[in-house]
Amino acid sequence: MAKYVLLESRDPFDSGDTLHDYQVASDLAKAGNEVTLFLVQNGVFPARKSAHSERLSQLAKENVTVLADSFALRERAIASGELVDGVKAAELEVVVDAMAAGHKTIWL
Amino acid sequence: MAKTLQIVTHAYRCTIEEQDDPTVWITHALEGAGADLGVLLRGNAVNSAVQGQDASGLSFGSMVQTQPPRIDRDVAALLAKGIDVYVVSCDARERGLEDASFVEGIKTVERSGVAGLMDQFDRVWSW
Amino acid sequence: MANKKKLTFCIMDGPYENARTVTALRLIDIAAKRGYDQTVFAYEGGVSLTFAKQEKHANSVQGASLGVWDHPLPREWVASIMETARANGGSVDWINCGLCVDERGVGEAIEGTRRGAPSHLLEAADASDGTLIIGARG
Repeated sequence: MAKYVLLESRDPFDSGDTLHDYQVASDLAKAGNEVTLFLVQNGVFPARKSAHSERLSQLAKENVTVLADSFALRERAIASGELVDGVKAAELEVVVDAMAAGHKTIWL
Repeated sequence: MAKTLQIVTHAYRCTIEEQDDPTVWITHALEGAGADLGVLLRGNAVNSAVQGQDASGLSFGSMVQTQPPRIDRDVAALLAKGIDVYVVSCDARERGLEDASFVEGIKTVERSGVAGLMDQFDRVWSW
Repeated sequence: MANKKKLTFCIMDGPYENARTVTALRLIDIAAKRGYDQTVFAYEGGVSLTFAKQEKHANSVQGASLGVWDHPLPREWVASIMETARANGGSVDWINCGLCVDERGVGEAIEGTRRGAPSHLLEAADASDGTLIIGARG
């Protein structure tokens, strides 16, 4: 089984495709892969409780590690205490770590 | 040789650029350089495989577009080179497209099959 | 350095119209600070990042005259990343797609960059531990 880091930069309020991207993360995890969904840029918006947040919390329950870029959160004044269940703040170093380790790193 | 899945998510961005669609174009270039590739069209990029696209006729001032993009032809050319080109069937259906709309040789994959397709490739490059 | 890591990035966006460029530079910078060897293949609008003729300007909206505002330019950021990589025992091989350069007229690039073709992206990716394509959207 493979290790995946999927970057999501789009806001689900902007693009319906974002929800399909979440589904890809879920399907990869269900197939037994180790999956991290790393939210960057406007992709962090649903990390703050909103109409699309529940899907992120659900992904975490489906064994997807859901991380949100600390800089993007701070840029948008999303405090750590506001993050919905299942979403953790993380540094972008995680992505470079994954690339260096040969994980499949994909910007969806 | 690593197998690479090229994912195209958006189309119709570069109508006045010579290399339109830039991802289809670079796929041809990478194939020419020896890459082992597959292509997955998702989102509105599923329309790239539709027959009969016509972007001709643009002009600005007195300058006429001499080389309009012909993305359906470029997609067909990928198939002719033996590159598998997949369309996410749900994305197509939701956009009112039937299998018959596409250039010949297109393969389909259900949205639930995208993860499995990604697993079949050593690298996944999403453009 | 034993087992020095090698990464490849492909970027497609110019500096200002999309946040992807910011994230891309952050990733490349992290790898530079770690002393990795990197290839950056700039495709499409990405080729403008290293255009040597970028110039600073005053900012009347913020009340700053030229020289006071001193906002870094993309070419300066890229040059600095390259220097950081060198200082940490790594490298950044910045390749601008030649056709993209020509049709945008940005052939004058900063020192340390070179022209190339998609074959260079493939070559770099095949030799890398990891490759990330940062495509344009919409």
